[in-house]
Amino acid sequence: MVEVTTPNFKENTKAALADANLQKALGKVRTGFIGKRADAAAALPEFENLRDKARDIKNHTLAHLDLYLEAYEKKVTDSGGHVHWAETATDAQQIILDICRKVDAKTATKGKSILTEEIGLNDFLSKEGIEPIETDLGEYIIQLRGEAPSHIIAPAVHVTKQQVEEDFRHYHTHLDKDRNLDDPATLLNEARAILRQKYLDADVGITGANFLVAETGTSIIVTNEGNGDLTQILPKVHIVLASLEKITPTLEDVSQILRVLARSATGQDMSVYTTFSTGPKRPSDPDGPEEYHVVLLDNGRSDMLGTEYEEMLRCIRCGACMNHCPVYHAVGGHAYGWVYPGPMGAVLTPSLIGVDKGGNLPNASTFCGRCEAVCPMRIPLPKLMRHWREKEFEKHLQPSAARYGLKTWAFFAKRPKLYQFMTRVGIGALGLIGKNRGSFSSLPFAGGWTKHRQLPAPQGKTFQQMWAQRQSTASGSGRGA
Amino acid sequence: MGSKSTIMNKVRSSLSVNGGDADRKKAVAKRLNKPPQGIIPKRGQLNEDARRDLFIEMAERVQATTDRVNSADDVPTAVANYLRNHNLEQIIHVGSDPRVSAMPWDKAPQLEVLDDICTRADSVTLTHAFAGVAESGTAIMTSGPDNPTSNNFLPQTHIVVLNAPDIKGDYESVWQRLRTVHGKGTMPRTVNMITGPSRSADIEQTLILGAHGPRALHVIVVG
Repeated sequence: MVEVTTPNFKENTKAALADANLQKALGKVRTGFIGKRADAAAALPEFENLRDKARDIKNHTLAHLDLYLEAYEKKVTDSGGHVHWAETATDAQQIILDICRKVDAKTATKGKSILTEEIGLNDFLSKEGIEPIETDLGEYIIQLRGEAPSHIIAPAVHVTKQQVEEDFRHYHTHLDKDRNLDDPATLLNEARAILRQKYLDADVGITGANFLVAETGTSIIVTNEGNGDLTQILPKVHIVLASLEKITPTLEDVSQILRVLARSATGQDMSVYTTFSTGPKRPSDPDGPEEYHVVLLDNGRSDMLGTEYEEMLRCIRCGACMNHCPVYHAVGGHAYGWVYPGPMGAVLTPSLIGVDKGGNLPNASTFCGRCEAVCPMRIPLPKLMRHWREKEFEKHLQPSAARYGLKTWAFFAKRPKLYQFMTRVGIGALGLIGKNRGSFSSLPFAGGWTKHRQLPAPQGKTFQQMWAQRQSTASGSGRGA
Repeated sequence: MGSKSTIMNKVRSSLSVNGGDADRKKAVAKRLNKPPQGIIPKRGQLNEDARRDLFIEMAERVQATTDRVNSADDVPTAVANYLRNHNLEQIIHVGSDPRVSAMPWDKAPQLEVLDDICTRADSVTLTHAFAGVAESGTAIMTSGPDNPTSNNFLPQTHIVVLNAPDIKGDYESVWQRLRTVHGKGTMPRTVNMITGPSRSADIEQTLILGAHGPRALHVIVVG
């Protein structure tokens, strides 16, 4: 597994906010993704209905997951492929290693797969003497930098062009050191040329899967670069790593979800390449892999079924939630401390690594609701984060100050008369003291708040007082009904 | 086998089912045998000519280039012209698709047509599409000796020949035809849906064409 720094979320965010390069790179997230998604969604009148349909398809699939998994496995086997079942990350690592060892693999090219990050596959294979080579441009960049992805579809979104140039100069030492690398296109061409040879040399190609089709035993990947395709056509062996919930019943069902996937992710109607792979190459095929393996990973998913977090298993990893998240915009993906950032990460991380380690994430939300508003699978992300906050409270995982604070508030909240009296007194006093200043720059017990912003002075009355006043004025003037 | 039964048992116990429920089995078998259609966007539900026009419009919107010819006999000249206009060598790599072999290549005598998989980084290939989808300007390719999948991804320039009557309004119609041609529930090794040339926006979200796949995608629509 990848090192988990989620418990240090607060320290991570401080570092992220102070990182000038990161803040520059994040500026582009705020402006880029949102408008493109909005335009693509608006251009398809059926978009909102397709979101409902996509949600219903996944709900049906999850309710019948055992049966669809069996149907899928049979189809893969019938087409000459192999299905391997992995309960844990360690099981999946070992299965993949065994397949690689059988063909005496020295290198393995990889299409972008966030699930291989979840099981820490690169480090594992490297230690076992097999060199993993990331081929997605963004993944290639962060592999050079020794970093983890900071976004599920744009893994190097935190890196600036200047940093990529520095990395390429540092690692591509066989090239002319005075070459011009000002233009992103030149950087891309350099990576293209270097990786082309790697595809041809690799013994094994490893990809993830956006969908597994039960009807046909097909795995599907969606990419824009074509790297996932070269990864799976050229080597002798194609290994697919996919988690259980990627199962989708039919090609028609896949088509419904495809219509919301790219639009939500990048604002494209369709990604450039949607590739359906079924079994190994056929006897008459001039190309394609001789072996086709699917590693089906559970790693905590089956525990989410039948719980309040089951809805999270509808996620298709489009990244729309983080693209629209003010918290993600401010701190980027690395601060979340594990593989999955943003709102989807705030729900999934505690499910997969435990709320004791991941509990900070569902608390790092303003509950503004934008994630749920744009989620193509209509996952109620804020609600699921709230469930985690409750779990955290039940398990006594919060700091004692937070627990006592909540308890004190609950005491008053359960006694409305007392609550109203206390707030009247408090607000009245604050209003009086702050009358001339207009706002407070420091307050006892609220240093955490006033350290970064001013607290506006109340106008002297509570909301309930003003509401009552308004109601009586309204009925007095005859407009009450 | 151990892992499979453990995972299956966990899934079933989480769902509170035992796997023997006849109603659940029936629901699954029904969906797999008769896939429900779902929502088909109106955008592509047009007559044949309008579907062809929409395909061309959508493909160009995603930076593909297109050409229209009246019949398959006109393809060789169209290919030779395209290569000349783009200062490309008069060599293309093709598979053994009979529809391509039957084209009158002698009409373009300077053009060399090689039946193989391209190897050079600056190659040009031509593959014949199985179908097209008007709603998004997507070409659908199937693998095999006729049109090797590598020729869709290795070249610098990829030329696709697409017969206008094969352009459907939506993906679902293509799956229907795929089932008719390849048999229900079976698929060629690879099916590629291709929507424009390869691209990446991984460096500062600047869109650049030609990441790992072809830098240029040129679709010749026949009919």
